[in-house]
Amino acid sequence: MTKEISRRSFLKGGLAAAGAVAASSLPLPAAVKGATGEELATLIDIRKCIGCEACVEACQEVNEPKFPEPKKPFPKMYPSRVKVSDWSDKRDVTDRLTPYNWVFIQEATVTVNGEEETFTFPRRCMHCQNPPCADLCPWGAARKLKNGITRIDSDICLGGSKCKAVCPWHIPQRQTGVGLYLDILPNFAGNGVMYKCDRCYNRIEKGEIPACIEACPEGVQKIGPRDEIVKEAHAIAKEINGYIYGEKENGGTNTIYVSPVPFEELNKTIEKGPGRPGLQPVKDSMAHADNLAKAMIIAPVAGIAAAAGKFYSTSKKMTRSEEGKK
Amino acid sequence: MKSDTYPLTAGKKGIKTLYILTFIVMAFTGFGQMPIFKRYYISDIPGMAWSADFYATHYIHYMGAILLLGLLAYCIIDYFLSGRRQYRLTASGYVRILLLAGIVITGIFRVLKNLPHVVFSPNFTLFIDISHLGFMMFYLMAALLFLITKSGWIRATSD
Repeated sequence: MTKEISRRSFLKGGLAAAGAVAASSLPLPAAVKGATGEELATLIDIRKCIGCEACVEACQEVNEPKFPEPKKPFPKMYPSRVKVSDWSDKRDVTDRLTPYNWVFIQEATVTVNGEEETFTFPRRCMHCQNPPCADLCPWGAARKLKNGITRIDSDICLGGSKCKAVCPWHIPQRQTGVGLYLDILPNFAGNGVMYKCDRCYNRIEKGEIPACIEACPEGVQKIGPRDEIVKEAHAIAKEINGYIYGEKENGGTNTIYVSPVPFEELNKTIEKGPGRPGLQPVKDSMAHADNLAKAMIIAPVAGIAAAAGKFYSTSKKMTRSEEGKK
Repeated sequence: MKSDTYPLTAGKKGIKTLYILTFIVMAFTGFGQMPIFKRYYISDIPGMAWSADFYATHYIHYMGAILLLGLLAYCIIDYFLSGRRQYRLTASGYVRILLLAGIVITGIFRVLKNLPHVVFSPNFTLFIDISHLGFMMFYLMAALLFLITKSGWIRATSD
């Protein structure tokens, strides 16, 4: 039996190898080096992506030490509605996000100028500027970092999946049977650890670029200070009469996509569902918190004014009654 | 003469009721920040589906915080302007105030953390998240204990 070599697998092998050699140990751009406290964003030019999955493979290879190694059998969880989420025997799944696959290639076939065209592009965590997953995590396991990365600390996460529920793209994925919950109340609280792209925070700390960017043979992705990346995205969009996604979604993210076709069109044809995020418009999830925080400044002032008013009126009444006695 | 009880005026009874109600809502929506209401069928109770919506409970928690901050500011200023002439805080009152201060201060930092462009260090984030819950747990335990021992917040000032 002969194994058929598809265009994709040919490109994947050949170009990825060439790209890896050319780009091995690429450092962060000079503008970024030594300035890891600055908010960094990535630019994804979807015109360049050939869907070779070199980024997917590089991500899995580099982040393999971070992947969960669950203990089996899993502790029985109560009540029975609590479901086990086990991807440990499906580590080779690459067509969606899983605890073992933090980036995948999404495909959209759209009609451009009367011709059908297929676009492929990497999908992973958007690394929001004000990430609801980090804001609303009850344990501080999910955090936003100064350099624009949103990271889940696998040593602290209890796997409650709240981050996934509040994420507009439902990015984090759970693996049962691993993490801190096993040492607390494994039967009654927690359910593993949530995993997602951490934008290779440890490589960035060392002045290196994320593995997916380094391995890409087509230079689809780029990393740099957010304001520069946004500027570049707008320049490309202007040049190609294209569209931008990620700049304003959810109040702003650090993953900026540029496309020659509207994202609404791409969103219509991509496969969406668990582990496969959409490209829909997203309002700022934390806008309510920003607005109510302002009211929190006014509330004590109102309380002070009410108490002072009460004191003034009581004092006035007492003075009048004393004057009446005289 | 020293007394362990202080008769509350209608206004103070109103403040107390409002405080207790606010605190119950805050405690419920605060615990609702943990993914437990769906797991433990709370959200299955008719009319309680909202309790599994993290954005809904977060919104209500913030509204409660606004009310609580207003109430606390009112009570503190009222105490210093006129209240302390008539009553004093009891030992259990001081314990509750200390724990309440812990809840409020860590809560303020949690609100700051949720603002755009405000980034705390991972360790500090962990500290405020866990300590906010910790202070609340201690407060509830203290409140239960003082309910059993019938220890109020205030007593009449010595004549």
